[in-house]
Amino acid sequence: MTETRRSVALALGLGLVATTAFAQSADKVRIGLIQTLSGPAATLGQQARDGFNLAVKELGGKLGGRDAEVIVVDDELKPDIAVTKVKGLLDRDKVDFVVGPIFSNVLLAIHKPALDGGAILISANAGPSSYAGKECHPNFFVTSYQNDQVHEVLGKVAQNRGYKKVYLLAPNYQAGRDSMAGFKRHFKGEVVEESYVPLNNLDFQSELAKIAAAQPEALFTFMPGGMGVNLVRQYRQAGLVERVPFLSAFTVDESTLPAQQDAAVGLLGGMTWAPNMDNPVNKAFVAAFEKEFGYVPGSYAMQAYDTAKLIDSGLKATGGNTADKKALSAAIRKADFKSARGPFKFNANGYPIQDFYLVKVAKRPDGKFQTEIVEKVFENYGDVYSKDCKPAS
Amino acid sequence: MSATLLLVQTLNGLQFGIILFLIAAGLTLVFGVMDFINLAHGVQYMVGAYFAAAFVAWTGSFAAGLALALPAALAFGLLLEVVVFRHLYDRDHLDQVLATFGIILFLNQGVKAVWGAAPLLVPIPPALSGSIELMSGLLYPVYRLAIIAAGLAVGGLLYVLVHHTRAGMLVRAGATNAAMVSALGVDIRRLFMVVFGFGAMLAGFAGAMVAPILSVEPGMGDNILILAFVVIVIGGIGSIRGAFLAALLIGLVDTLGRSFASNILRLVLDPSMASQTGRAIAPMLIYILMAAVLFFRPTGLFPVKR
Repeated sequence: MTETRRSVALALGLGLVATTAFAQSADKVRIGLIQTLSGPAATLGQQARDGFNLAVKELGGKLGGRDAEVIVVDDELKPDIAVTKVKGLLDRDKVDFVVGPIFSNVLLAIHKPALDGGAILISANAGPSSYAGKECHPNFFVTSYQNDQVHEVLGKVAQNRGYKKVYLLAPNYQAGRDSMAGFKRHFKGEVVEESYVPLNNLDFQSELAKIAAAQPEALFTFMPGGMGVNLVRQYRQAGLVERVPFLSAFTVDESTLPAQQDAAVGLLGGMTWAPNMDNPVNKAFVAAFEKEFGYVPGSYAMQAYDTAKLIDSGLKATGGNTADKKALSAAIRKADFKSARGPFKFNANGYPIQDFYLVKVAKRPDGKFQTEIVEKVFENYGDVYSKDCKPAS
Repeated sequence: MSATLLLVQTLNGLQFGIILFLIAAGLTLVFGVMDFINLAHGVQYMVGAYFAAAFVAWTGSFAAGLALALPAALAFGLLLEVVVFRHLYDRDHLDQVLATFGIILFLNQGVKAVWGAAPLLVPIPPALSGSIELMSGLLYPVYRLAIIAAGLAVGGLLYVLVHHTRAGMLVRAGATNAAMVSALGVDIRRLFMVVFGFGAMLAGFAGAMVAPILSVEPGMGDNILILAFVVIVIGGIGSIRGAFLAALLIGLVDTLGRSFASNILRLVLDPSMASQTGRAIAPMLIYILMAAVLFFRPTGLFPVKR
């Protein structure tokens, strides 16, 4: 009797397992979205998540004709936690794509685990130079930009406008140092001072006094997140906006404008896109995004939206096949989709070749703030590291 | 480097020091009187800023918002005291560190759950939104002068309270020998609760005052907490006068150091070496100062006599 009961239990158990296994192997393409969804930078990850989900929704919940399952995880801006979560996505959820993260230090941690785990890794924001040269990988793509390029935009603008003396201000960590190096690549005038502030410094009064004393022709700054919110407001209060033109990277964008508000109006930044860009894909994207989520999308949302469209285009080309990673990677590399930012194609290293613009902060008639295109600075611009990338066979 | 720039940076240093004093005053009271390490002081500062932001948005006026935020911060501090801290007074310092650190984590997530992760905007009150021209091309916001005035007023108030009132006398006695005060018939638990609540209110006041010029976001109290501890260690634990002078000293050293370290080093090193060394040393200056003070005066500059 016990023997029979045990066999029945075993059979039932196996049956249950088989059903779940069957449910798992139902024909869904799985995307693991790793974003920063907690801490001060959470708004950036939220934008990316919302942008990606909007695209999937517009495609009817399918990518490349197959039902799509998007699994969202939070890296908490901690590289070690990110690695654990990515391994979970690969081993437990069996994702075909890993999309993310926002921050370069997290990307540096998950790059190897994600690619070794057989997924295609697409960074929808972080664009460190580390994987743009010799370390490029055929299954690694970036749909944002190579980080230096944005800083180079401002350097070129300063050079074009004939500024002879510029003051540089950035936080004292790797990205801050990279920003100054990127700026100086095209700017050939005199750098009056390279001023570094501690990371998370919130009070800039003493730096503003130094800037006023140095009397430069322009200021270039890279001051992301809460630091940028404070710098912009204090810069305006100190009366420096009229005297020293404010050229910035990642300091005034749709994630910080709700806090900076009127203080940021008229300040300049650099980006591949702005919400007011006049092409049909973008107009539809911005309208749908604001209708769905109620806030102005920034580049983080746009890039994630493009990533979903990119994956869709790649899967369409392979007929929905995710087993042959080589063919899938080649299909993705064709970038056969319409980006919200206009012309978009991939460089040999998987980073984009695209146009870059000078943007300016403006207040919309409905009271919300956004960046707007001023002028094109670079056309079909690739990064300086791609020449070191030898395409793998 | 000009005399005007030096004066402006001194003013900036003093203003930074006053903000530090506002935060450290409550911390030194609690640590000195109750021998209680309150790491949660930083989040009380943050909660004060959030209350101010919420009430200012609700009432539309900064003064009303501030007036509402203070009792709210006091009530919140008392709530924390009754629920958590009361049980920790007799425990080891390490237990107190653990519990208050847990409160930091809890409240950082808590304010994010209630108000979201994005920084909040608190507008400067219109009456104080002007600027004065300190040097050519640089306007100094009147609001920062108001902060300096508020800090000096709080310092004066605390001095009068602690040294010239009966309650202050009990606080000083409790700091010297809590058991004896209890034996003399004073309800020492209630005294502790009052001190703690007052400390929380001071932290909340600092947060509310600072909210219009710094961004109000989760985690804003964490960095400032470390500086506050440096202030009370240098000033002498339990001493308001020590906290005041140490805060001003730290504000000046940090601001002037960051502004002029490279310039001073340029006298002995070549420009690029000087700028690199200056950049590395400047953030360390206050900790070097703390180490030096502790080396010569281990109990701080103005220790409370026990």
